Amino acid sequence: MYLTYLRRELSGRTKQTAIVAAGLAIAIALVIIVNALTAGVRDAQTQALESVYGVGTDLTVAGAQQEPGEDGGSRFDFGEDGGATAEDGTTTLAQSQLRTDRGRTTLDAATVGTISALDGVSSATGALSLTNSTFSGELPEMPADGGTNAAGEAGSAPADDAPQGGGGFGGGSFDVDSFTVLGIDPAVQTVGPLSSVSVTDGRALDADDAGQNVAVLDATYATSNDLAVGGTVDVGGTAMEIVGLVSSSSSSTDTASNVYIPLDVAQSLAGVGDVVSTVYVQATTADGIAAVQSEIESAVPDATVSSQSDLASTVSGSLSSATSLITNLGTWLSILVLAVAVVLAVLFTMSGVSRRTREFGTLKAIGWSNGRVIRQVAGESMVQGLIGGAIGLAIGLGGILAINIIAPTISAAPAATEAGAGGGPGGGRFASTVQTATDITLSAPLTPWVLVAAVGLAVSAGLVAGAFGGWRAARLSPAEALRSVA
Amino acid sequence: MTITRPHIDPTDSAAQPIYRLAGVAKTYQQKKRVVKPLTGVDLEIRGGDFVTIQGPTGGGKSTLLQLLGALDRPTSGRMTLGDTDLAGASNTALGAVRAREIGFVFQGFNLIPTLTASENVDMGLEPLGLDAAERRVRVADALAHVGLADRADHRPGELSGGQQQRVAIARAIAKRPRVLLADEPTGNLDESMRDEILDLLQALNDDGLTLIVVTHDSAVARRASRRLRLEKGTIRDITR
Repeated sequence: MYLTYLRRELSGRTKQTAIVAAGLAIAIALVIIVNALTAGVRDAQTQALESVYGVGTDLTVAGAQQEPGEDGGSRFDFGEDGGATAEDGTTTLAQSQLRTDRGRTTLDAATVGTISALDGVSSATGALSLTNSTFSGELPEMPADGGTNAAGEAGSAPADDAPQGGGGFGGGSFDVDSFTVLGIDPAVQTVGPLSSVSVTDGRALDADDAGQNVAVLDATYATSNDLAVGGTVDVGGTAMEIVGLVSSSSSSTDTASNVYIPLDVAQSLAGVGDVVSTVYVQATTADGIAAVQSEIESAVPDATVSSQSDLASTVSGSLSSATSLITNLGTWLSILVLAVAVVLAVLFTMSGVSRRTREFGTLKAIGWSNGRVIRQVAGESMVQGLIGGAIGLAIGLGGILAINIIAPTISAAPAATEAGAGGGPGGGRFASTVQTATDITLSAPLTPWVLVAAVGLAVSAGLVAGAFGGWRAARLSPAEALRSVA
Repeated sequence: MTITRPHIDPTDSAAQPIYRLAGVAKTYQQKKRVVKPLTGVDLEIRGGDFVTIQGPTGGGKSTLLQLLGALDRPTSGRMTLGDTDLAGASNTALGAVRAREIGFVFQGFNLIPTLTASENVDMGLEPLGLDAAERRVRVADALAHVGLADRADHRPGELSGGQQQRVAIARAIAKRPRVLLADEPTGNLDESMRDEILDLLQALNDDGLTLIVVTHDSAVARRASRRLRLEKGTIRDITR
């Protein structure tokens, strides 16, 4: 009889049932979609960070931030014998430089050992982040009537015997090319920038490569520059044998650097001594990350220690906007709609109880207990909630499906590839600014708990409405109820 | 119309006082105004009586019926139904009394519009905790008793006023109560339907069911074995 009465009441009040169910359905659908999108954005953020920092890296330790222009920027100096002059008088200039990244100081390599020895640190490895800049070009023979310093803005130092003043510039052609180089410890595979890559051709660096002029290239960089395994790539004026190509485990992002070489070789080629740019740290447990971060900050006070969550906040681009939009607008919108839906359900249920005063008064008069009346009201509300939940689930799943079919792409620019500070064109200097923005496909993954939570929310909303309605029905005195409608 | 009668054993309650009221008063507040519909009612009603309560509008008839129906408690005085002290019983105990011993019939029928006639009758059996088979039998008997066996699947909206009141009576008698209380049971009916309902009530009383009917209708009162008049909060017997 309980179910018959319940079914008849709900079908007899289709308008109210539809409004309450629709309100809850919209709220539940929003909750599902916003949660899925949040998970999708989180995945995208992790993807963007992993491509730079590697899987399993909990903390990164970098040198202190430098003031813009503090390191002076790139400068190409050509002496008297800086170029080869052909018979027609054309001088060919070529110079390759390997410099540490601007904007941050380096850390002594011993820092890696210091950090490894700390409690809660599972493993640590250092990497030296470099930028290889190549200047190459041709200068035609200086006109007989003299000319300006041919290198001009390109930065060639004037020769002592060069003609000064008067005349015109004879023309020239210059290429400036730069790519990123990461010196890594080839013996450490589990943490660091190469822990998340997959080898697409050849092999990865291994412990035997220490001290060897070998390199592994990012597959995308290799393709765009016609480089392949077995060939060579010029790094800091030294030909490095290409032994492998790697790509990010995510098909939509590039790896952290264009070229990977052994750390000791990188230090030697850059002439920077025994230093590293970044130390990648893996904590023993996820719970201990904060403690390890604090320990490292004490042990290496001049360094900047960042956790993955700190790094996540540095991801810029439309991914950042999407995160902000979903976290702020999406979440609040879900909460607001859910609250409105619950309030709507409560108000409709209470107004329904008021409208049914005679009915409940009669039922109490014929012997129905308060508990039985409350169960009836709560049951009706809960079924309304379940109907709303089922419809909301369907709409939510449809929304998720639509997002996954449309697969919108968003850009992400991790802050690890900082813009070069200082320098800039002028005075023969070149800033090697590298800002890697990657497009990431946004997906909306469906997790079982979201479905459970959606059904739970629907039932809870129904129960809240039922509790209010039932409370009101229970308070009805049968005598007063019948007197008020007599 | 053939009416099959339910099983009511008149020897259970006949001639024994069912209700005993002594000095019953009721006071309540209505919009900051204290209302005293009953100031001191002394009354005994015996099993098998057919009692009508008449009186002016606002004279306390419905209040008295609610006290008799265990819907409310008196402000003062003593009041029993059988061995149950209605003045001092808990809400739960009053609910149990209503569920098992009292049948209600209202002027406006008070049927649930979304349920069929048989389902409405079944609602009266819900608090008794009977098994489904027993309930089916009782519902069928009660509907047959009021002559609506062929209308069991009809909803109230598909029935006439007289038929709806008969469904309400079936709902009241299906539980086999000790007493049937009716508040203006013919108030919404035309003359022919009124007679139909009165015949039915009369037949139930003949079977031994105690009837207490609040009415303005002298035609109803003429059928009663005992006529009471409620005026100025007190009751007097006007049976001749």
